[in-house]
Amino acid sequence: MSRASTRFDTKKVNSELVTLTYGSLVAQMVKDLENPEDVNKQLERLGYNMGIRLVEDFLAKTGTGRCLDLKDTADKIQSAFRMYLGVQPNVSNWSPAGDEFSFLLDSNPLTDLVELPDDLKSLRYCNIICGAVRGALEMVQLDVQSWIVQDQLKGDSNTEIRVKFIRKLEDAIPAGEE
Amino acid sequence: MDDTLFEFLHFEVVNYVIEQNETSNKDSKEDDLSNLEYVGFSTGYKIIERLTREMPRFKDELDTMKFICTDFWSAIYKKQIDNLRTNHQGVYVLQDNGFRFLTKISSGKQYLELAPRYVAFTCGIIRGGLANLGINCLVTAEVQNMPACKFHIQVQRS
Repeated sequence: MSRASTRFDTKKVNSELVTLTYGSLVAQMVKDLENPEDVNKQLERLGYNMGIRLVEDFLAKTGTGRCLDLKDTADKIQSAFRMYLGVQPNVSNWSPAGDEFSFLLDSNPLTDLVELPDDLKSLRYCNIICGAVRGALEMVQLDVQSWIVQDQLKGDSNTEIRVKFIRKLEDAIPAGEE
Repeated sequence: MDDTLFEFLHFEVVNYVIEQNETSNKDSKEDDLSNLEYVGFSTGYKIIERLTREMPRFKDELDTMKFICTDFWSAIYKKQIDNLRTNHQGVYVLQDNGFRFLTKISSGKQYLELAPRYVAFTCGIIRGGLANLGINCLVTAEVQNMPACKFHIQVQRS
């Protein structure tokens, strides 16, 4: 097999490639679906599908064990952000009950080179991240909700992704066993 | 950013386009991959602009193709094209013996009928990249035995 050698910074190319592919995909969806709400739903679903697979990759590469509590979960997702998107979000805004928290991103590679036109203000461009978080956590038996609170594309200073713990998923008993 | 993200995203793009087809025209048995190719086209068109920004102009068409086979391919697919052939009349054949999107699917003829889905995006990337470098062309792919893939580029002269 020929060796990979290139005069480009492959890390940077890879991140631009993801950004541009994602941008082209969103553009195609906006064309196909017309209603931004439907695009939001599709993006969340796509993210969910990716999250399901990403969590396996993450666990295999990092060798981390089970999460002790939600704080631990938050820390691990934080390192997943660093691994996959190359950004380190801050974990903050914990709810008093300790079941809700936010990831604050001051830069977001997915939205590099992106501007939202006025007629797409209801589009949640980064919804794929919310989906990925939900999908990944479902695979480790945590049912969560995730949504975007602040969005740099809409003029906020940060992108804030909120995660709310719903419940622990229990292993189902295989059919025929009690 | 981790490489796997691009692979997973690509698979989701493929799934999305296929599902979208199924809901819009249920009757046709053939996959309509034109949207998938178009997503690739717009990605290729944009990325080539960013990659070649600081590079000198290519000497000629062949020089451009060589760039696609070496630097461009390694930047995206982590390896170079294994073989480049041309008839010097505007037809180029790029052969990749271990195409990245196919290596994890199969090695041999199993799932061969699904192969077009996983190469259409890349056809678009090549066409988009060349379009932005001033070469209009048609790009098709041929898979006989996974994970090898041949991309046929036919330059359109007007």
